[in-house]
Amino acid sequence: MNVLTDNFALYGEGFLGTVELTVYASLLALVLGFLMASFRVAPVGSFRAFGTVWVTILRNTPLTLLFFAVLLGLPRFGLVLPFQLFAVLALGCYTSAFICEVLRSGINTVPKGQGEAARSLGMSFGQTLGTVVLPQAFRSVIPPIGSTLIALAKNSAIAGAFSVTELLGTYKTLNELGYSIIWTFVWIAVGYLIITLSISALFHVLEKRYGVAR
Amino acid sequence: MPFPGWIVCADLDTDKWAGQRMAVDPLIELRNVNKHFGELHVLQDINLTVGRGEVVVVIGPSGSGKSTLCRAINRLETIESGTITLDGKPLPAEGKELAQLRAEVGMVFQSFNLFAHKTVLANVSLAQMKVRGRKRDEADKRSRDLLERVGLADQAPKYPAQLSGGQQQRVAIARALAMSPKALLFDEPTSALDPEMINEVLEVMQQLASEGMTMVVVTHEMGFARSAANRVVFMADGRIVEDRTPEEFFTAPESDRAKDFLSKILKH
Repeated sequence: MNVLTDNFALYGEGFLGTVELTVYASLLALVLGFLMASFRVAPVGSFRAFGTVWVTILRNTPLTLLFFAVLLGLPRFGLVLPFQLFAVLALGCYTSAFICEVLRSGINTVPKGQGEAARSLGMSFGQTLGTVVLPQAFRSVIPPIGSTLIALAKNSAIAGAFSVTELLGTYKTLNELGYSIIWTFVWIAVGYLIITLSISALFHVLEKRYGVAR
Repeated sequence: MPFPGWIVCADLDTDKWAGQRMAVDPLIELRNVNKHFGELHVLQDINLTVGRGEVVVVIGPSGSGKSTLCRAINRLETIESGTITLDGKPLPAEGKELAQLRAEVGMVFQSFNLFAHKTVLANVSLAQMKVRGRKRDEADKRSRDLLERVGLADQAPKYPAQLSGGQQQRVAIARALAMSPKALLFDEPTSALDPEMINEVLEVMQQLASEGMTMVVVTHEMGFARSAANRVVFMADGRIVEDRTPEEFFTAPESDRAKDFLSKILKH
């Protein structure tokens, strides 16, 4: 028990690190995922191809490998950024591929005829997507997006291996200080639970508020 | 106007119907239009002219290409060869120009296709605001007038799922009218309706026809074809087989295909 009380500052720092990674990477993933989903249903062939390549590459690359590619690869091309920013980039891009596919499946739940009706009224592709298709797609994708973001929160642990301050990484210091490894991990797990359950709760509220009425 | 309407809307090889046609001011012209769905040649050298103010009813057995023809006119279906012109302008490719042109041609679908997440009023107002750039109150006012016209003024705050099929289809007609289109396309507007709801939709369509709206109507409602159409176009296997006045078509069809079709549907 005293592993928590003695090292509250350390835990707190790690916890905040994970929260920051999760929030920023989630925002990036949602924006990119939204963009890529729009690309994948666009009437322009080259956009669709770009979206498909994006999803195929990012979804099929192990996240650790992607971290290596971003954190060690990009500096070789002269792009040097703080490691935390690199970690947000890697996590956000990786998760955007999943968000994209979730959104696309949501788009497919909206009857095609409604899109045709909007276009037949003279609405552009962007207007059709923005005012008719996505608002309805959004309702059906709330639960799977929640799951994807929970996965993101847990995936952020990989950043710890690249010396980014986050929750799981705190175990190294605590271990060296000689605390019981079991209790160290129990409190780390509780930290992750707080984050993931908060995401669950948030999405539960969103679903109550905006979900499809049945 | 490249040709007077009565020349081009005839089957050019056998100009047997030319004498029966009014000389009209063409609004929609299809010239040698072809389209395949895989192996199926769904539109075969289609030539059709619809004059301003004309009501053309397209009938034929299922799979004859009549819905595809209707959808090709506002490019919901692309065509492989031939030209389609609307009011003298060829149908543009995907993009802003196409959107502008679609705003001029309303479409009513078999499955209504109302926006399920918006109220009836918002369904009718949405494109007015997005495409015509009207202010919300201005658009809503026009929407209420149109809903009044199709007899649904009191349904404005409801959602589409709360309405009957016939009511939904009348909302869809009001939505198309809100853009002040030059022509309306109807793709089997009553095929998804219960028999007792068909009439309320047909009455609205009759009304529009009598007000001089240019209409292309794909339907199985022979009564509507008889009473409201200026011309009946009979399609079979991707071709226009007959193109005549309803009077002539229903009393004395020329082709065996049309005779066979009519004998099957008019029997009971």
